Amino acid sequence: MNNEEFKIYLHSLLPEAVFVETGEFLEIQIASDKLFPFLENIKISENTSFDYLFCLTCIDRIDKFEMVYHLLSKTHKHILVVKSIISDYQNPETETVCNLWKTAEFHEREVFDLFGIKFKNHPDLRRIFLDDNWNGYPLRKNYIDPNMIEL
Amino acid sequence: MRGLIEEDYTTKEGEFVINIGPQHPSTHGVLHLKVWLNGETIIKIQPHLGYIHRSIEKMSERLSYRNFIFATSRMDYLAAHINNEACALAVEKGLQIEATPRAKVVRTILSELTRLSSHQLWWASTGLDLGAVTPFFYAFREREAILDIMDETCGARLTQNYMVPGGLMNDIHPNFQKRTKEVLKQIKEKFKEYDDILTGNVIFINRTKGVGYLSKEDALSYGVTGPTARASGLSCDIRKWAPYSAYPSVDFEEILDTEGDSYSRYLIRMKEMKQSVSIIEQLIDNIPEGDFQEKTKNVIKLPKGEFYQRVETPRGELGVYIVSEGMSSPYRIKYRSPNFSNLSVLPTIAKGYKIGDLVAIMATIDLVIPDIDR
Repeated sequence: MNNEEFKIYLHSLLPEAVFVETGEFLEIQIASDKLFPFLENIKISENTSFDYLFCLTCIDRIDKFEMVYHLLSKTHKHILVVKSIISDYQNPETETVCNLWKTAEFHEREVFDLFGIKFKNHPDLRRIFLDDNWNGYPLRKNYIDPNMIEL
Repeated sequence: MRGLIEEDYTTKEGEFVINIGPQHPSTHGVLHLKVWLNGETIIKIQPHLGYIHRSIEKMSERLSYRNFIFATSRMDYLAAHINNEACALAVEKGLQIEATPRAKVVRTILSELTRLSSHQLWWASTGLDLGAVTPFFYAFREREAILDIMDETCGARLTQNYMVPGGLMNDIHPNFQKRTKEVLKQIKEKFKEYDDILTGNVIFINRTKGVGYLSKEDALSYGVTGPTARASGLSCDIRKWAPYSAYPSVDFEEILDTEGDSYSRYLIRMKEMKQSVSIIEQLIDNIPEGDFQEKTKNVIKLPKGEFYQRVETPRGELGVYIVSEGMSSPYRIKYRSPNFSNLSVLPTIAKGYKIGDLVAIMATIDLVIPDIDR
């Protein structure tokens, strides 16, 4: 499938999704509550079969969070970037994708550690790098290191 | 003491928990594994990370596009050159320029020299982990020669910082081609020695064959890449999947195996070394003349957008993800490091094997801890 056909196919799965084509890869933006069923669908479906999650991360947009999933299909050799917005900045929550791609388990723990996003149904959601009693989430834009001295 | 006090050490009858690391030689750095054992059999492993977390991602948000590259040399310090290349390529993508033809070829040669030296250090330490001391001296003899080339051309042996957006920092040293050819000749002669001492060694084979089986499905699901995944038959070489620099113009093979055990991971790396030699041989006499660096502005500003670059390090797929808001430093930067994903599969593949096998499994996964912690 080329990008156009691919877009039409994804559009038929989720009519309200927004496509962005400015970057290198095709990007799709979907609502947080539709995320898990959509990802499950494109992983299992033979037309897309995204079997490899090669990057999972989060971006702090000051008043909201953006979850970014980079997906690749080893059979069709196409790449899709899925983005979903978490608008609740105070208490961010989203569904885990651990049961689709096991690599998400470590990557989600990293996002939890550094951004403080809670992943529902994650089997072992603990801090991965920092101390268990660390205050705050360092990769948030409003994080202030208590030990930092401004020059 | 992180994770040692609050966490549960509860065990069933006959089971006990031991802590390997963070200062254990076989973990190749400060990795801490909490291992649940029944007799000598591994029941469960919990890795504890973060002993050398330097938050390179957060630091990079305050550094310019020229400066953040240097921090990445300290991630996977055995492949510093390839990390730098990934960042330089990502910035070039944002600037919509390409490195000069000369820079591309030199980059590829240096990348493959890095791969050789990294695999040699892995070979040396694998031997050492499994009780053979001599390989260490054999491998370091050739590795030193490679590092001397790096020293002469890049000015550093380990953290080269030779890549800049647009090409190379300096032109190559006049001796570069001559010395590289000499080293290649030396390495090719010594491959037989490597095979004689370890590859065919009965003790070594008994300790690695059939140990730490990784299935293709698990490798894909856990995002395992590099030689570790290719030993399980998963094609994942970025040099083939998304070629960069001078790789489209060279002829080489992606080595695959289907066994998926420690011995097979060992063999893949040994064969990869030979492929690296062949790649360098194809390029060393064909370095194009011309500029070593494309002209860029003093202060680099990337346009608003997102740029992703994937490269193949000796340990797998490294991804550099830059989110730019049009400023002179990145808004967010993410390193998808190969070792982080490769480590996540360790509890699965080590389960059911003996504690002594864990050393063999860790040695053949080839972990570099600073790359996990970043």
